[in-house]
Amino acid sequence: MSERFFPDSMPPPLADTTTLPWWQAAAEHRLVVQRCTSCEHTRLPPAPVCPECRSADSDWKEVSGRGEVYTYTIVHRPIAAGQELPYVIAVIALEGAGGVRIISNLVDVNPDELEIGSPVELVWEDMSADLAIPRFRPMGR
Amino acid sequence: MSRPRAHIVGVGESRYTRWGKIGDVTEHALACQAIQRAVADAGLSMDDVDGLASFAEDRNEAVFLAAELGLPALRFGNMVWMPGGGGGCAAISNAAMAVETGQAAVVVVYRSLCQGQFFRFGTGGMNAAAPADPEPPKLQQAKSLMLASIGFSMPYGLLMAAAAYALPTRRHMHLYGTTSEQLGMLAVTFREHASRNPRAVMGGRPMTLEDHQASPMIADPHRLFDCCLESDGACAVVVTTEERARDLAKRPVEILASEQGAPKGYAFGPFSNANIADELYATGGCEEMAGRLWSKAGLGPSDVDVAQLYDHFTGCVLMQLEDYGFCKRGEGGPFIESGALAWKGGSLPTNTHGGSLSEAYIHGLNHVVEGVRSLRGESTSPVDNAEVCLVTSAACVPSSAILLGRR
Repeated sequence: MSERFFPDSMPPPLADTTTLPWWQAAAEHRLVVQRCTSCEHTRLPPAPVCPECRSADSDWKEVSGRGEVYTYTIVHRPIAAGQELPYVIAVIALEGAGGVRIISNLVDVNPDELEIGSPVELVWEDMSADLAIPRFRPMGR
Repeated sequence: MSRPRAHIVGVGESRYTRWGKIGDVTEHALACQAIQRAVADAGLSMDDVDGLASFAEDRNEAVFLAAELGLPALRFGNMVWMPGGGGGCAAISNAAMAVETGQAAVVVVYRSLCQGQFFRFGTGGMNAAAPADPEPPKLQQAKSLMLASIGFSMPYGLLMAAAAYALPTRRHMHLYGTTSEQLGMLAVTFREHASRNPRAVMGGRPMTLEDHQASPMIADPHRLFDCCLESDGACAVVVTTEERARDLAKRPVEILASEQGAPKGYAFGPFSNANIADELYATGGCEEMAGRLWSKAGLGPSDVDVAQLYDHFTGCVLMQLEDYGFCKRGEGGPFIESGALAWKGGSLPTNTHGGSLSEAYIHGLNHVVEGVRSLRGESTSPVDNAEVCLVTSAACVPSSAILLGRR
């Protein structure tokens, strides 16, 4: 099991059959984006049809997990019991993902040093044996 | 060729309180009260009403209210697919379409909130005091498209509106140098407007910029006083045809134009969508819609005498000012700083009732009520000879807007 950053009481992810493969990849510590096999457009969250060419054909492209902070907020109110405060919610622009961004948390970070554009890297948090959540921390931390 | 335009002929509301304070009547009873008052304000009878319209997350379904209120028949029962307050003006717009096309004669748009009887919006429906489930965390089944979509934001704690709307606001600050003081000045201006409004929950609570800056940080850059109130209360708006509007109790207000929707790929907006187009991310997402609204009405931002802008969070108002063209992109901060939004001396008196920041948070339908009062000369912060009022419903989520005109 990995290092823990958030308590078990955090809201669990919800998935349907369209989004399930993304969560299955996450459980194997693979961060993926959905890619249209017709026009190469990448997307997240997973969706049944490519919004650019409307093809229903897609596969999953694994990304490096490096990226940069696109925007963030430092939250001072808990959403779940036992949560450490403050915590950081951020939008990360993923490297090599065709421009796809992901909502996540920044961990191992001093909130006073947060900056838009800062490089970050992926860190998996195993919430249980079956559930891994991708979070990010400053590059090289 | 001209077509008959719908008019707003009546407005009404219950008392407004802090969230959880209305426990002695049910939420639907409060809806009935607001609807009855709005119909009476119009000089109509409940026997004249044949349509009811509302917007997302309404617990008080039109079919039940129609029965409770004894409507002779329900010819039009309408719900807008917009999250939270985004559908307020869209519900007015749909009511207008119904009367303009003869689907109904008199439609009442309503909203009632008694959060203490259900859940407090600010918590996102979570109880942070509840102990963790003893079972290990696991993936759950999403029982709707909405839940599958927010499956990509919820696990990170992104459920609280104050945090969600902080994301585009923080990026706006990064791109344009917008400051917390500029956001604070907006909140202070609306509080000043509330000081004259006996309905305003915060009417007796003056606020200075120092008070704003000293208020606790909720979700940076949002301090407590950047966030709208959490309120209980109900209000309603009566829409009918131009012909019917002519000889009713009050001066009718014309719906000059209305628009609703979202730009491409927007989904729920920054609340759950990290992949909004870069050029739209640090905006209210309303610019395209605003262009359609102006062109439909044959008017522009300089024609607006008074505005009632949806103010869930200060930054979302700032971005709307840019979206609707009252100032250039990135200049919302200096525009606010110039005093433009003030009732006294401002070029664009805004939220003359105090808005959701200081009157009450009734999902912004109270902004439509105030828009009507501002053109009837009934506002407690009246703008002399006001002829055109812009009312908006939300920003940074799919949203809607109407332009109202004095007759």
